[in-house]
Amino acid sequence: MSKAGRVIVVTSGKGGVGKTTTAANIGVALAALGEKVALIDADIGLRNLDLALGLENRIVYDIVDVVEGRAKLRQALIKDKRNPNLVLLPAAQTRDKSAVNSRQMQQVVADLLAEEFTYILIDCPAGIEQGFKNATAGATEAIVVANPEMASVRDADRIIGLLEAQELCNPMLIVNRLRMRMVKNQEMLSVEDVQEVLGNSVKLLGIVPDDEAIITSTNRGEPAAMDDGNLAGQAYRNIARRLRGEEVPFLNLEEKNGFFDRLKRRFQRN
Amino acid sequence: MSLNIWERLFGKSEKSAKMVAKDRLRLVLMHDRADIPAPMMEEMRREILLVLSKYVDIDEKALDVSLERADGAVALIASIPIRRVHLEPSGAPTP
Repeated sequence: MSKAGRVIVVTSGKGGVGKTTTAANIGVALAALGEKVALIDADIGLRNLDLALGLENRIVYDIVDVVEGRAKLRQALIKDKRNPNLVLLPAAQTRDKSAVNSRQMQQVVADLLAEEFTYILIDCPAGIEQGFKNATAGATEAIVVANPEMASVRDADRIIGLLEAQELCNPMLIVNRLRMRMVKNQEMLSVEDVQEVLGNSVKLLGIVPDDEAIITSTNRGEPAAMDDGNLAGQAYRNIARRLRGEEVPFLNLEEKNGFFDRLKRRFQRN
Repeated sequence: MSLNIWERLFGKSEKSAKMVAKDRLRLVLMHDRADIPAPMMEEMRREILLVLSKYVDIDEKALDVSLERADGAVALIASIPIRRVHLEPSGAPTP
């Protein structure tokens, strides 16, 4: 007896906003909660999800090998070294976005669902062309990642429209790389600003602070969500819990970094 | 940072960077969503004004026509402050 798994595409329109990092971290966090998770790297030609997960040396077959019949799906899935609940289906590095079409992507997803994965996360390539359409073809839900920055919000808005055209309505929004100090100083768009501009069709799923831990954890191939000691990782673990339907309050990101805070801390220290 | 303290003590005179970003975004998204080029939008605004002014006296400066997206559809939202109503339709200039 199995309940149907959820198929969620992680997308953004604009490149470099943290899609891959987000997919990796949510995957890790869901697996840690006991879910059986498959991560699909749909960014064919620009394989990166393997790096975020530290699995780049284990790749033998990729998604193109599977759809072209050179490998069985099970052979291509790479089990995570730390959590056997998590597998990666890597992208091909030497091919391009046309190597897997929409129908083939739907088949891969269907085959993964038959393997009883409870969450299938698809890391979508940047852009709005065929690669985006193929990646979203197999999904029934969507997460839009946006930075609190003009170009990213604009592209997110465009993507929301395109997702609706693919019948992926009411996507979930993750505001990534928020700098609390700048928001406080009215220098950066706040989460509320981003929501207000994007409108009611998106539902806020999470807020991830701009955190250096993301860079160090990616360098080590150990997603930040594995480590209890950083705020971004905590934010991703909360997102995973919210995805599963838990009510989790948003992190308090009030950064104690203002002039008076620092002054106060200095006095407290002495 | 010293500028920050200054601003915090005496308040900012300029519009904050975030407000500028938000205003610019709103405007740019309006056009993105509708896929209506700016000149066409302006033309539409002008013609709406033309028709309405047949019946009412409009505060042209405060007129605001925008496009918003709600539940997957784009809606034209117009805020048109009326100064007074003409008792008889005035001979409208033909567009």
